[in-house]
Amino acid sequence: MDRSIAVWVGAALALVVLIALPLGWLAYLSVSGEHGATLGHYREAFADPALQKALWNTVVLAFWTGLVSVAIGAPLAWLTARTDVPARGLIRGLVLASFVTPPFLGAFAWVMLAGPNAGILNTLWRSVTGAEEPLLNIFTMPGLVFVVAIYTFPYVYIMVANTLALIASDLEEAAAILGAGRLAVARTVTLPMVLPALASGFILAVLQALALFGSPAILALPAGFHTVTTQIWSLFQFPPKVEQAAAFSIPLLLATALLLQVQKRLLGRRGYAAVGGKGGQRRTIPLGPWRWPALAACLLVMSAAIFLPYGVLAKGAFVRAWAQPLSRDNLTLGNFAFTFFEYGSTRAAIVNTLELAVLTACVGAAMVALLSYVTNRRLVVGHQLVAFLVLAPVVVPGVVLAVGLFIAYTRPPFVLYGTLWILFLAYLTKEMPVGYAQADATFRAIPADLEDAGRVLGAGRLRILREITAPLAKSGIIAAWCFIFIGVIRELSASILLFTPSTKVMSVVIFDLKEEGQFGAISVLGLVMLALTFATVALVQAALGRDVLGARR
Amino acid sequence: MSKRSTGLAVAVALLAGLVARGEAQTPSTHLEAAKKEGKVVWYTSLVLPSAERVAKLFETAYPDIKVEVHRTGSQRILQRVMQELSANIKNVDVIHTSDAGHYVLLKEKKLLAKYTPAGVEGFPAGFKDKDGYYYGLRATVNAIFYNTKAMSAAEAPKTWKDLLDPKWKGKMVTAHPGYSGVIATHVLALVHLYGWDYFKALSQNKLMIVQSANDPSTVVSSGERIVAVNGGDYSAYQLKKKGNPIEIVYPKEGVPLVVSPTAITAFAPHPNAARLFTDFTFTREVQQVMADSEGLYTGHPDVKYPADKPKLNELKLLTVTPEELEKRNEELRKRFVEFFGA
Repeated sequence: MDRSIAVWVGAALALVVLIALPLGWLAYLSVSGEHGATLGHYREAFADPALQKALWNTVVLAFWTGLVSVAIGAPLAWLTARTDVPARGLIRGLVLASFVTPPFLGAFAWVMLAGPNAGILNTLWRSVTGAEEPLLNIFTMPGLVFVVAIYTFPYVYIMVANTLALIASDLEEAAAILGAGRLAVARTVTLPMVLPALASGFILAVLQALALFGSPAILALPAGFHTVTTQIWSLFQFPPKVEQAAAFSIPLLLATALLLQVQKRLLGRRGYAAVGGKGGQRRTIPLGPWRWPALAACLLVMSAAIFLPYGVLAKGAFVRAWAQPLSRDNLTLGNFAFTFFEYGSTRAAIVNTLELAVLTACVGAAMVALLSYVTNRRLVVGHQLVAFLVLAPVVVPGVVLAVGLFIAYTRPPFVLYGTLWILFLAYLTKEMPVGYAQADATFRAIPADLEDAGRVLGAGRLRILREITAPLAKSGIIAAWCFIFIGVIRELSASILLFTPSTKVMSVVIFDLKEEGQFGAISVLGLVMLALTFATVALVQAALGRDVLGARR
Repeated sequence: MSKRSTGLAVAVALLAGLVARGEAQTPSTHLEAAKKEGKVVWYTSLVLPSAERVAKLFETAYPDIKVEVHRTGSQRILQRVMQELSANIKNVDVIHTSDAGHYVLLKEKKLLAKYTPAGVEGFPAGFKDKDGYYYGLRATVNAIFYNTKAMSAAEAPKTWKDLLDPKWKGKMVTAHPGYSGVIATHVLALVHLYGWDYFKALSQNKLMIVQSANDPSTVVSSGERIVAVNGGDYSAYQLKKKGNPIEIVYPKEGVPLVVSPTAITAFAPHPNAARLFTDFTFTREVQQVMADSEGLYTGHPDVKYPADKPKLNELKLLTVTPEELEKRNEELRKRFVEFFGA
């Protein structure tokens, strides 16, 4: 029993610091006026036509992002999970690359690719067709949806691909034997079985789009429109309207919580025995003459998400003027020299980012390992509640969390603003659910009988933990560490409200440079960020001995 | 690149020599104390490469003292300073923005230290606060820029009013008064000239909106838009010098003059280094560098300007007072957002 108390006290304390205090302050400030409680901030916020428009833009962005993500993610998942499309491993790898690419880097790259006039694709289009009008204008709502969706569809892909991998082909074959055509089988058998996964992938994509800050800031602001996240951020301009920002954060929080509840229901209702079972064969569907066109379609999507953006970032890093052709005169290493040796913020930001990433990953991995062990082995009373609380931060969008943390930690008793600790708290809170999901899956896969066997043979709990459980869980926990690490180095939406000049991180520096139009330096830092990310991904793959996508069901 | 950096290195060496000699003649009383402090924290809205260059020059002249440069837009700097103070963080020594209104506000709130930099006696009145808290470090004017690959000089817009022509629809870019002090000054000056109707009409032309006053020139150079309706002329001048296809038009209705003040904070953690740094930035040598390689104007009477840039006295200047800028700051941002959307 005493063990339970220690765990509970620790968890409760962490929870207060990470969630209750920031969100409590957020809620409090949103209703506090000079003369007691008021709904004035809400009235002010929601009566403002500019803010109303921002709200509507966010709804439009999130909904279309969800749809486009499904339209891209579901067919890709089906192709790689069920058909004989060539280079399935490569496609999976590229989906993973899109999954870990920081969306704001993608948005920035697409400015260089599809700015209506100077954008490289549009210049090419004009010179080939002689047209006046651009092929694509990225500074529009459809442009924004496109750029957000190409980095969000992996959520749908993961849900659908993992479900398809679990559905045995027997049912489909039974239907076929009973005389159903291919389409009828797909419509009446396959589709209903993957529908929950589709819907839940759709919701995850919507949630991503709701919470995103960088892409709208890079693409929507130049076009003259705001989303909720950029609007909240701009309410912090001097003179700051923190109360209004708080009031404006609450609906975002509620919408997220509601959508997640719906998603949980959808997945929870998955009462199709056929999906859960491991048995049965999953037969590959031959595409015949469609094999190569299917591959081409996959690669087209991937060139939008990976090849083109990465290529243009590489070009931007090595040239003087990104819109000019790659000529000898245009080539330079000056951007690297400037970024690393002349621009004073770079090195400090890289150091801050790495420090925070390592610290958050270590503390986070230790916490999720402990907590998921406790919940999986039901070591304390009310372990379900612990699991719920650890996953709770998932409903808090980064900007909202940041507003809460800013309010909570710029005043006594804990003044953390201005230190790296406030960023650490933000990152730990934000990444906790991801790490927990990974650690939880790991412990679930380690059957308790091994530990019981140790018990029977007379080993103490600690010795069992050290000699049986820890070695088995090691790779899963390393993966959790890496997920947290990747999440931290790309984090922008919370950092942008919490940094001070002495606590800048890489994403914030990139955003700063964006506001000033320093394309060369951004490209260089973007490449550094991608290199760090992919090195970490390689580490996860090595630790798990398989690819990452399957682990995040 | 290598040629340019050698050139720069030579300039730095020369300058360091000059400054060191100047110093020997008038030994700075701050020097010893400043060395002990070891660094100066500078929040600046000067375009990034220029800010880093000034910092390098200082560090070469005073190797024991580091300059921590934090460059962002004028309005962001004010936001930073006030946010930090609200959490009782005292980080910044020297504040340099292009929104003179900020200094009225900061002075009122008693956040500035009174300090007269060495050598500002000869500066024109427009560069000096009558109470002695802040001084104009540099100046720029807002101008129109166009892409020379997209049009000839004859086709380019000549006046602020020309920009209202629907033929420029979808082809122009503006920076944001909610980010940049240069642009806040610009908007106020043109509101004086033509009223808010001007901006209402301008917004019909569907402009691309960027943040920094240094960005319209990069957008025009790249060809993403072919006309910039505002922006500090020095950023365009630098790009032109580097061979970008950009040209500057100084409209004859007058160009909004932006004098960017600098001041030491009342709570500066490194007050001596702050004074030393401030003095340094007002020396003729540094002011000359600003004029030469950066294309800025300065208040220093002995500074010579590049031949390919108009002198300030050849231009019709539109000026606004810091007091009015301070009072109407919020209005400027609000109306701009109302017309342009974000």
